[in-house]
Amino acid sequence: MLFAIAWDASSSWSLAVSILPILLKGLWVTLQATVVGFLLAMAFGLVLAGLKSVPLKIVRWPAKLVSEFLRDTPLLVQLFFLYYVLPDYGLLLPAFMTGALALGLQYSAYMSEVYRGGLEAVGSGQREAARALNLTPVRTFTHIVLPQAVPRIIPASGNYLVSIMKDVPVLSVVTVLELFGVARIIGDRTFNYLVPLSMVGALYLILTILAAWAVRTLDQRLPKHGIALR
Amino acid sequence: MEWISYLGPLWQGAWVTIQLTLYSTVLGALLSFAAGIGKRSSIWPLRILSAVYVEVFRGTSLLVQLFWLYFALPLAGNAIGIDLRLDPVVAGVLALGLNIGAYGAEVVRGGLKSVSQQQLEAAQALNFTPRQTLWRISLPQAIPEMLPAFGNLAVQNLKDTALVSLISLGDLAFRAEQVRNFTQDSATVYTLVLLMYFGMALVLAGMIKLLEMSVGRWRTVSR
Repeated sequence: MLFAIAWDASSSWSLAVSILPILLKGLWVTLQATVVGFLLAMAFGLVLAGLKSVPLKIVRWPAKLVSEFLRDTPLLVQLFFLYYVLPDYGLLLPAFMTGALALGLQYSAYMSEVYRGGLEAVGSGQREAARALNLTPVRTFTHIVLPQAVPRIIPASGNYLVSIMKDVPVLSVVTVLELFGVARIIGDRTFNYLVPLSMVGALYLILTILAAWAVRTLDQRLPKHGIALR
Repeated sequence: MEWISYLGPLWQGAWVTIQLTLYSTVLGALLSFAAGIGKRSSIWPLRILSAVYVEVFRGTSLLVQLFWLYFALPLAGNAIGIDLRLDPVVAGVLALGLNIGAYGAEVVRGGLKSVSQQQLEAAQALNFTPRQTLWRISLPQAIPEMLPAFGNLAVQNLKDTALVSLISLGDLAFRAEQVRNFTQDSATVYTLVLLMYFGMALVLAGMIKLLEMSVGRWRTVSR
């Protein structure tokens, strides 16, 4: 897409104006990677959180180790691992999907802690009361625990969604043309890094300020005592 | 047993990673306290300056900050006639430190806020100056509160150092890429490197735990 578009490098302002449409296309890819990565993190995180709460030590401990490992190693190296090693085993993914997978894996460890924290915050008195009322464990979970855990899980997840967005530029190293990758290429071609990189910074700042405001509003609007899931 | 021959260059890289982590964590800690205390200052320009610093560096991506300092800053310097070209090491440490410092500032601010109001009132009643209150009342009680969060940030910073390989600094991630290009043995190289990062993170987390224990030892009420 970068080959088709010309820019006007006669002055900084004209360059900024002429590259804005291309940067916005990159921004769209950034947002897509953020959402796909976040959905994967939510799914993997749920699996990890489930495995970490299994009473059997032989299941729980490896799950904890995997979770620690995913959280304590750099996204960049995990990404390179997936990008170079998966094809060796016959799994050829597009760069975008490899990147989203790396984001999903790294943040699954954080998300599993979010789930655990949300569930543990529901007092044990609630579970005991449900038991005294003769509710089945499944009903207790779906009607008592989950509705109270969700309002705690949503704001914390929102913060990780923003973190994922700020980590998407790493994907540019495996040729994903997201916002930062596009800006780098423009810099390489025009020898003017100042304008595109500053614009990327400004766009990120706008997005994160908006996102922080959205998370805060959501947090205030959510009913503190729980959401009925019906 | 080919993998043993990879350990030489990887160890060299790991040493650079350790140094980068050390320097940028120290810089980040200094900036955390400066901006965290600045945000609660009674002088409004200091408050604004700290708030802008924290928003800008928390609100943009570390990779963007790193590339901005390394590639864009010299151009900005050129425009006003100052030589602002940075050595990769300087750009790396500066970007990592500035980034983690902005996150740390929020930790410091939260820690200071957790000191109870009565303590500050008591200090005022005893005629402590604001500076004495900060050094002798607030900080000693706030620092043990901050340490667990600082520990997480230190590990975060260790992971983030991998990004400096992209401005051609020879850290662990950079050496990994080199060894991989040379041997094409991706699975072994990257497994080793991931394990090395994991090991370093565990050691760092353990060191912070020890620090937590020694700083919090005077606290009789355990929570």
